[in-house]
Amino acid sequence: MAFEVNGREYETDEEGYLANLSDWSAEVAERMATEDDCDLTEPHWEVINFLRDYYDEYQIAPAVRVLTKAIGKKLGKDKGNSKYLYELFPYGPAKQACKYAGLPKPTGCV
Amino acid sequence: MTKPDFETPELTLTQDVPAVQPGAMEHSKPFVAKAAHQEALGFPGELVDNWKEVALDKMSDLLKTYRSLPVFLDSCVKCGACTDKCHYYLGTGDPKNMPVARQDLLRSVYRRYFTVAGKFLPKLVGAKDLTEEVLEDWYKYYHQCSECRRCSVYCPYGIDTAEITMAGREILASVGIGQKYSNEIIGKVHKIGNNLGLPKPALADTLDGLEEEVKEDIGVDVKFPLDQSGADVLVIVPSADFFAEPHVDGLIGYAKVFHQSGISWTLSSYASEAANFGIFVGNYENMQKVAERIRTAAMELGVKRIVVGECGHAWRVAYSFWNTLIGPFDFLDPKFPIPQHVCEFTNDLLSQHILRLDAEANDDKIVTFHDSCNVSRGSRMGNQPGGQFIIPRQLLRAACNNFVDMSPETTHEHTFCCGGGGGLLTDDLLELRVKGASPRMNALQRVIEDEGVTHMAAICAICKSQFSKVLPFYGMGMDMIVSLHQLVGDALVLDNGH
Repeated sequence: MAFEVNGREYETDEEGYLANLSDWSAEVAERMATEDDCDLTEPHWEVINFLRDYYDEYQIAPAVRVLTKAIGKKLGKDKGNSKYLYELFPYGPAKQACKYAGLPKPTGCV
Repeated sequence: MTKPDFETPELTLTQDVPAVQPGAMEHSKPFVAKAAHQEALGFPGELVDNWKEVALDKMSDLLKTYRSLPVFLDSCVKCGACTDKCHYYLGTGDPKNMPVARQDLLRSVYRRYFTVAGKFLPKLVGAKDLTEEVLEDWYKYYHQCSECRRCSVYCPYGIDTAEITMAGREILASVGIGQKYSNEIIGKVHKIGNNLGLPKPALADTLDGLEEEVKEDIGVDVKFPLDQSGADVLVIVPSADFFAEPHVDGLIGYAKVFHQSGISWTLSSYASEAANFGIFVGNYENMQKVAERIRTAAMELGVKRIVVGECGHAWRVAYSFWNTLIGPFDFLDPKFPIPQHVCEFTNDLLSQHILRLDAEANDDKIVTFHDSCNVSRGSRMGNQPGGQFIIPRQLLRAACNNFVDMSPETTHEHTFCCGGGGGLLTDDLLELRVKGASPRMNALQRVIEDEGVTHMAAICAICKSQFSKVLPFYGMGMDMIVSLHQLVGDALVLDNGH
C-alpha cells in the first residue's frame, strides 16, 4: 500500500503504518490522521513527539505507563492516564498514535 | 484504522444456537507473513512451486510424528456433539466453523492421499483432492480456530480440533503461506527475546518507572529486579505485562507479593517472554527454540525456581511441554513445583499465612472470573485435580468480598475462549474476534444483570487485551477486565503501608 503527500509517494504496510521510519514528516502524520477523521491538535503532538523521542532512544514504543507518566508531567496529572489518551486516540493510544508518529505497530499480546 | 463494517451480535442472556449461514465468514483471513518473517522461522518466503508435493510430504511427516493426528482424523463418527460448541460457530453461524467441519478440511485430503478407500473410491468416503481452493479454505478456517479445545471436551472420542488446526497451520507455513501476526512475533522472540521486540534498555527503563509509580502510590519500595544473578526465583511473564493495561497492574501485583514474601526474585532480559507462539503455529522447532531461552536464563542466573506469570498458553507450554522441550530441570530445587504458576505461588504463601489479604480493599467491586482456555483444558495447577479452577477462585475470594461465578456451562473446563486466543489477537481478524467473544459476553451480561458484576478477572495476557478491545463493542467498559494479581496486590497488606 502507499499514499501521496505533496507529489511524493509513501509506502506503508497493509494497515497504513509507514514502511520506512525515515519517511516521516509532520505533513505525513497530518495526512494519516485525516484519513481516520482525526484532527491533530497540540495535545496529539505532545504524544506523537514523545513517542518519536522515545523510539529514537530505545527502538521501541514506550509502555503505556511510561507514556502516561510522561504526558502527566507535561500536561498535568489529570491527563496522565490512559482514559485521556483514549480520548485523543480512540483506536488505542499505542496503535493509533504510533501510526501517526511513523513507528511500527506494536506486536504481541497487546 | 477503518471503522468496523460488521454487526456486533446482540447480547442474549441464554446462549442460542444460530441458524446456519453458509459462507458467513468466507471473507475472513489474516495477513500473510512476509518473506522475511517466514524465513526467520525456517519456512519458505512465499508459496513454493511444488506446494502440493511439499504439503503432502509435510502431512505425511506430521502423521508419523504425532500419533494423535491419524487417530483424530480416523475416529470421527459425525455424531454432531461438537457442532454447537465452538464460540466462532456460535458467533458467526458459518458452518465451516463447526469443529467437525474444520476437521474435515484436513480429513478429506488425508483420506484422499493416505487411506486405501480414499485413493480408489474418493467420492464414497468424502475424500478430496488437494487443490488451491482447498489450500485457501485451510488458510481462512484454520485461522478461525483459537485452538481453545472446548469442542474436545464434548467429543465422545476426545478429538482435539486444536491439534488438527496446528497441523493445518504448519502445513501452510511449510508451503510458504504463514500468518503474519504469529510469525513476525516468533521472529522477534528469536531476535530480541520477547513478542514486543522490547530491548533490555527499554525494559530496564519501564521497570524503573514502575518502581517509582508504586513508591508514589503506596510509599513502599517495591522492587522489579532485572537480571539479578543468585535470586531464588526467575519469574517469566508475558511481555504484555510490561507494556499494556490492565496487564501491568498484574505485574505490580506479583512484585508486591514477592516484596511481602521476602523471597528474592528476578526478571530476565534474555527470557523476557512467557508466551510461546510456536504452539499456535504448530511448529515444534520454533516452540523449542522459544522455550530454550528460559532454560538458558534460569541456568545463567543460577535460580532455584521458575514461576510463570498470568499467560494462558504459556502455562500450557510450561506445564505440559517444558520438560520434553527443555528439560530436565535437575538444576532447580525439587522441593517446589517445576514450573510453578504465580497463582499457586501466591496461594501457597496465603495458606502458610506468610501473606495477609484485606478484601475490603476491593469492596467497590463485584468480581467474576474468566477461565482461560489453555489453563483450563491444557494444564493443571497445584497438587489436586481441578486445581487450575480452584486456586484462582481461592485467591479471588481471599482478595474480594464480592465474587460470583458465571454460568457453569461457560466456566471451568467448559469455559469459552475470549475470542482472541491461538494467534488470532490481531486487528485484521477483528470481526472474528468480536463475534467469537459473544458467548462469553452473553454469560457476562447475565451476571451483570443478575449479580451486579462490575469486573471480570483473567489470568491470560491475550484474554486481557482481547476483552479490552471487544467489551466496548458490547456496550461494556474496557476497564471491566482486570488482572487477577491486580486485585491480590490491591488487597495485600504490606508491612509498611497497604
